[in-house]
Amino acid sequence: MNQGNQSIPKRLFISVQSLLLPTLFFLFLGCSDDTQKVVNFTTLVMQDEFDKNGAPDPNLWGFDIGRGQNGWGNNELQFYTNRSKNVTVKDGNLVITAEKESFSGAEYTSARLITKGKFEQTYGRFEARMKLPWGQGLWPAFWMLGSDIDTNPWPGAGEIDIMEFRGQNPSTMLGTVHGPGYSGGQSIGKSYTLKNGRFDTEFHVFGVEWGPNYINFYVDNVLYNQLTPADLPGKWVFDKPFYLLLNLAVGGSFVGSPNSETVFPQTFLIDYVRVYK
Amino acid sequence: MKTNKLLFAILIGFIAMFISGCQRNLSEEVKVAKFPNNPAVYIDGFSGGLQYFPFGGSKLDAFTVDTQTRYAGSSSMRFDVPNVGDPTGAYAGAIFPDNGGRDLSGYDALTFWAKATQSATINEIGFGNNFGENKFLTTLNNMRINTTWTKYTIPLPDPSRLTLEKGMFWYAEGPENGNGYTFWIDELKYEKLGTIAQPRPTIFNGAEKLESSFIGVTSTISGLTQTFNLVSGQNQTVSVGPAYFDFTSSNPAVALVNEKGVVSIVGTGNAKITAELNGVKAKGSLSIASSGNITLLPAPSRPAANVISLFSNAYPNVPVDFFNGFYGGSTTQTADIKINNDNLKYYTQLNYVGIEFNNPSVNATSMEFLHLDIWTNEPTSANFEIKVRDRGANGVLNTNVFTGGPIEDDKEITYTVPSSQITKGQWVSIDIPLTGSIATQKNNLAQIVFVGNINFLLDNLYFYKN
Repeated sequence: MNQGNQSIPKRLFISVQSLLLPTLFFLFLGCSDDTQKVVNFTTLVMQDEFDKNGAPDPNLWGFDIGRGQNGWGNNELQFYTNRSKNVTVKDGNLVITAEKESFSGAEYTSARLITKGKFEQTYGRFEARMKLPWGQGLWPAFWMLGSDIDTNPWPGAGEIDIMEFRGQNPSTMLGTVHGPGYSGGQSIGKSYTLKNGRFDTEFHVFGVEWGPNYINFYVDNVLYNQLTPADLPGKWVFDKPFYLLLNLAVGGSFVGSPNSETVFPQTFLIDYVRVYK
Repeated sequence: MKTNKLLFAILIGFIAMFISGCQRNLSEEVKVAKFPNNPAVYIDGFSGGLQYFPFGGSKLDAFTVDTQTRYAGSSSMRFDVPNVGDPTGAYAGAIFPDNGGRDLSGYDALTFWAKATQSATINEIGFGNNFGENKFLTTLNNMRINTTWTKYTIPLPDPSRLTLEKGMFWYAEGPENGNGYTFWIDELKYEKLGTIAQPRPTIFNGAEKLESSFIGVTSTISGLTQTFNLVSGQNQTVSVGPAYFDFTSSNPAVALVNEKGVVSIVGTGNAKITAELNGVKAKGSLSIASSGNITLLPAPSRPAANVISLFSNAYPNVPVDFFNGFYGGSTTQTADIKINNDNLKYYTQLNYVGIEFNNPSVNATSMEFLHLDIWTNEPTSANFEIKVRDRGANGVLNTNVFTGGPIEDDKEITYTVPSSQITKGQWVSIDIPLTGSIATQKNNLAQIVFVGNINFLLDNLYFYKN
């Protein structure tokens, strides 16, 4: 999740499983909910359904607080807090709220949750069901960083962006990887656009399936990209533990600043986070 | 037309069944006859049932079918906006109704491709106008257009209410800086985009209005809009008709509001008018403080022979062109109200307002004063000024457009009512001597202007002599 994240068109990968499984599931279930059906990893190892009102589970989630360096490397405008005003669990959802308010020198507040040191995993299926905020300058993300980032600085540690979104493009999300030689504006990924829908009006499932030498990106039951070492101009750094992040940034180089029409507060709702192996 | 006749027959059938078969209810198999849901308005020609009616005063032949310039298919709609002074019409504008009616409830937007011979701003474009009640009038104001084909989206404010709409498309556009130009529209149709989102309706354009009032006053809620966020990220605001809204009065014993957005004061006390559009609370409201019934003045006692009356129930009135000229920049609203058979004018949101009596002008040579009675519920810090204008021998009002003052052969006096004279909740009689610059030129009086910051009732506006 760094600046200038361009979507580079990739050949759409369609595996035999991805064709077969949805067909089978469709036959059996005969419905079209947004449960994703393009997966191989099915053993649940971590889940947070956000069913208990109050602060997020401290055994799983920590926080990044403050403004980071240069707005977390992206000239972001918000101050991250762990106040319930910015992050809370309510009515079955994790609610991250971006507020327009003066706070410690920033114009906006919001929150960023991390599982660093609490939950880290190599490979697996990582997915979340989410409803995104909207409007110019809003930048929600569900992403992962290499757990060795303290000794192996970004981009060397690697980054997998499962979902990034610009509030001014309400039907388009992006899935991306960053690593040595392919970070920031040179990152590798792809965007996915809903044909007759938006990401801010209903919940969608965003996920990756990550194994040795591949990362599959999907939204709902659509597998829209696969990345392999052959797709990267630099070293494949995705064979070690990564931790999860959920945040709602305001402004920054990726998305631009909010304008007079941006409505605040804005909420980023997460119905669940599930990890499989 | 065949479809329409068939539908009509089906409808009649249902009605007949309903009336004749008193014991029977509609079974579950019965489906209520629906109007056609044809999404096409103009693709490569008029869709079934579509008609063209230009506005009176517009260039009647502004619309033509163009087979040369088109976005897709074999033809487009071409609109030739006239130059200023074009003898065939001052502007271009028309409605395109399907008077059989269509069910648009399955769509969420009216879309089209458009381009023009130059960059321009189309004044009004939308749907819901069929020269009827226009209950669901929906208008995109000031649509920017340029020389490349661009797709435009006009969101439906609440599709669920559009089960029988006749006004498929309408527009009105005048010259740009005095010059005519041409624009084209193609692939005009209703669509279900699925990306029209984040509705944010308003009344009074989102303002929280406060108004002092009294029994008998009616007013209409203005500034009705609906805003959506489009897939482009752009927010699109349309002006909408009242029938999309559900209006509510917090206190029906004080104020009533009907489905046309007309508020009627019926009692004493406070009431707040709010609204919802498709379940979303509208921004904006009207808070009313009604002081109840007001005591009327006794009828004026001056002999009619000594009076030239503009507005009074006690005297015959001379012709008045209007009691509110809606001059540029004026915010003033004027309502006619009647209490116990006495007609009153109610001026609200006053900044300035003009009354004109040009046909004919008033010869007040023998008159000495202008009289008026006002009643206000405003605090005593109010300011209120009255201007009386003689238009002179040239027969027209000559006004400096920057100052509003008289030029050429016009003469005018300005009378400031001392704020100490304006008493809250009481009738105040004001008598203005016709002296000063109009002392010797008051044979062509044609205009009275009120300037100030108060809401007031007006009665007994007349010239008189003792």
